[in-house]
Amino acid sequence: MAIEARLRVRRYDPESGGEPYYQEYETSVPEWGTVLDALIQIREEQDGTLTLRCSCRSAICGSCAMKVNGESALACKTKLVDIAPDGETVTVEPMGNQPVVRDLVVDMQPFWDKVQAVQPYLQPAGPPESGREYLAPNDAMQHLSGVMNCIMCGACVSECTVLEVDDKFLGPAALAKAYRFAADPRDDKTQERLVDLFDMDGGMWDCTHCFECVQVCPKGVEPMERIVKLREMAMDAGLQDHNGVRHSKAFSDSVEHSGWLDESQLAVKSFKLTSVKDQLGNMPVALRMLMAGKMPNPIHRPISSVREVRRVFDETERQHQQQVNESTSQKEA
Amino acid sequence: MITHDVLVIGAGLAGLRAALEAQWQGADVAIITKVHPVRSHSNAAQGGVNAALEAGDSWESHAYDTVKGSDYLGDQDAIEICVREAPQDIVELENMGVIFNRDETGKLGTRNFGGASFARTYFVADITGQAMLHVMYEQLMKEQVRVYEEWFLTDLVMEDGACVGVLALEIRSGRLELFRAKAVILCTGGLGRVFEPSTNALICTGDGMALAYRAGAPLMDMEMVQYHPTTLKSNGVLITEGARGEGAYLLNANGDRFMSYERYGATNAMELASRDVVSRAEQTEIDEGRGIDGCVLLDCRHLGAELIRTKLYQIWELALDIANVDIAEEPVPIRPGMHYQMGGIKTDVVGATSVPGLYAAGETACISLHGGNRLGANSLLETIVFGRRSGKDAAEYAAARDFAALSDAKLRDEDARIQQIMDRPANGERTAGLRLEMGQAMDQHVGVFRDEAGLQEVVGVLQGLKERYKQLPVENRGKVFNLDLVFHLELEFMLDLAEVIAVSALDRRESRGAHSRTDYPERDDDEWLKHTLAAWSADGPQMSYLPVTITRWKPEARAY
Repeated sequence: MAIEARLRVRRYDPESGGEPYYQEYETSVPEWGTVLDALIQIREEQDGTLTLRCSCRSAICGSCAMKVNGESALACKTKLVDIAPDGETVTVEPMGNQPVVRDLVVDMQPFWDKVQAVQPYLQPAGPPESGREYLAPNDAMQHLSGVMNCIMCGACVSECTVLEVDDKFLGPAALAKAYRFAADPRDDKTQERLVDLFDMDGGMWDCTHCFECVQVCPKGVEPMERIVKLREMAMDAGLQDHNGVRHSKAFSDSVEHSGWLDESQLAVKSFKLTSVKDQLGNMPVALRMLMAGKMPNPIHRPISSVREVRRVFDETERQHQQQVNESTSQKEA
Repeated sequence: MITHDVLVIGAGLAGLRAALEAQWQGADVAIITKVHPVRSHSNAAQGGVNAALEAGDSWESHAYDTVKGSDYLGDQDAIEICVREAPQDIVELENMGVIFNRDETGKLGTRNFGGASFARTYFVADITGQAMLHVMYEQLMKEQVRVYEEWFLTDLVMEDGACVGVLALEIRSGRLELFRAKAVILCTGGLGRVFEPSTNALICTGDGMALAYRAGAPLMDMEMVQYHPTTLKSNGVLITEGARGEGAYLLNANGDRFMSYERYGATNAMELASRDVVSRAEQTEIDEGRGIDGCVLLDCRHLGAELIRTKLYQIWELALDIANVDIAEEPVPIRPGMHYQMGGIKTDVVGATSVPGLYAAGETACISLHGGNRLGANSLLETIVFGRRSGKDAAEYAAARDFAALSDAKLRDEDARIQQIMDRPANGERTAGLRLEMGQAMDQHVGVFRDEAGLQEVVGVLQGLKERYKQLPVENRGKVFNLDLVFHLELEFMLDLAEVIAVSALDRRESRGAHSRTDYPERDDDEWLKHTLAAWSADGPQMSYLPVTITRWKPEARAY
């Protein structure tokens, strides 16, 4: 059984001097056919000027990330029967947050520059005395393989809502890569890595937890979760002096204390209390909220079942401590 | 003109390892690659990498398995070097950061693989190639090796019979550039696209093999094309041998584990016999009517969902995506599919070809480690051992020499040649159409089983295609990222290679390893225990022969 595929592809030819435009194509692919199969077929049979990167056809080389119906994906992993079962038109565009070179090809140099910026290689203390492999628990290796699954396709970067407004942000792929080394029991530079990423403009605190990268990652790498882990590791390693730390502490302190979020206190406590500049910086927002009648009630009462909330906190803290102890002993081993 | 001591062409595992070694040896080295390094096809190696590192294993055992797997066509001196150096290279990879699977004591753990008498395959789930390639690229970033990314090699530059540089097209701009070098290492991988279907990526077009062939370096044992036993029918995508290594069965339409049939000579190893043996058995089952829609079944159900999740995750996902089969729940239809070229540019054990200054390593080269049939997980090994060795020797070769004097005339000539191709008028022909005709003819007649009539037919088809290629136009007339032009130039390479494969297969009138002639069904050690060598001439490949190096393992009948 064949599928009639209708593709609306964003075209751009830098040599024509013209603006990007959309071109529609129709082709017929087998029932297992993917967006990539359709694009290749069009390129081979209808239009040799249609330009895209692709190679392995099995979601391992990372070449064919692009936007399919507005969301970044690997074209080779996106089956037409799943997204256009009744021959609906599928819109195909180049990835976002990266300059377009031609048609569906983007310039990934900024992507690689950011990967390079996290010192993306193992830095062990020295060769193992045995002259053999480093000893490491299989669990730790399997955990890392979840991150090594990353094929550097750029889909996460394409969807990153922070990169849309701040191109200094290292972005989800580079930070996940950084986590891969920070969490490797063989690496000896974990503390230095954490300090760098903690203080750096565009480092671990600039992610806004929007989940877009987790949603689109075709390999289940969950970059945002790795960024959260980096933050936990940094805080566990004693790094505290950052508005990101103050914000997350103020958040959890409030919920632990009263069972819900005290927004007015959150705004104040997310910044250094002694920083006049930061605290004054809150004022215009506070004033506007007051004018708009959105200022939270300054009297913040605990919810009735606050004790249960605190028990959740205690248990979570206990489990976290256990994990920290385990990973410390792994590193030492 | 751009100048480097050593140029490495291709950035898969062999290329990256060669470049690192050359840099460590003090050479000014650069890589030219038509795709970003992590897009290379080494990624796709799923199952693992072999080394006799465990207590109880020995290099002799690894060597013997490789010799036997090669159907006695592998050169035993090269095999011995490779398996003896393998353990140190695996340790080095681990020390660089590869997250190999561990045993319960935290040491490296292994899995079984086809044709091996010991569990000596080191692995990272079923993404071993990816895990190794990305770590090797990390090392490249650490050492800041210069990479010319997305540059396509159009020719080698020769001076007085030596290779002294290359001509390459910057895909992004369409600019052609002359590179001057003292040594060039070809690490351009396989030629899967010569066949349709193939497990290989779309970039596997044998560029280096074809350029070396044209430059006067002969190609060896090119008839030895491996058909992998487990590929998906729909699009030829690979299902790792690791599945059988973990214990999966092959079943025919009657539900029999047909590898137990006496006639296939594999009653001990069964599904884990070497690949040529398993692929022939599968093809026989299919040809004799015990297949299902041109396939047999790979049954993983008894392995359990947990093992599949932790060790075979990628193929679980691939089978679900492409064949719509959950391998934990039902068997997946598979068939033999073109996978690997055992032959290649003839090199010595340091990667040197017969052309001074020209080296080759990895699938591009033929040392000959694999002979008539490659064992699973020996190819990743080959890339790192012989990548390293060629990088070292090329750096030493370069240190002892001056650059050749080169004029820009070579650049102007090549520019004119490409412009002439770009200027061809449209005639209704398309690059993809010609490639498909070539690939299907090769798969039909130069596949698991071959015979004189079929091979003659292919040679005729290829001659016709070569004629048509002379008029083949390029549809895309632009400069920026003109992949249409790249595909056109690749096709010329592939037509040459297809011809060499078919002519070599016609020439070898016996059955050995992956080369199975129905008209010459027996192995013939008296006449054919020798390498075929194809040299370029205007009239087509000129065949000659080289003896096989046999050190201690005399040819025997092969049973698994």
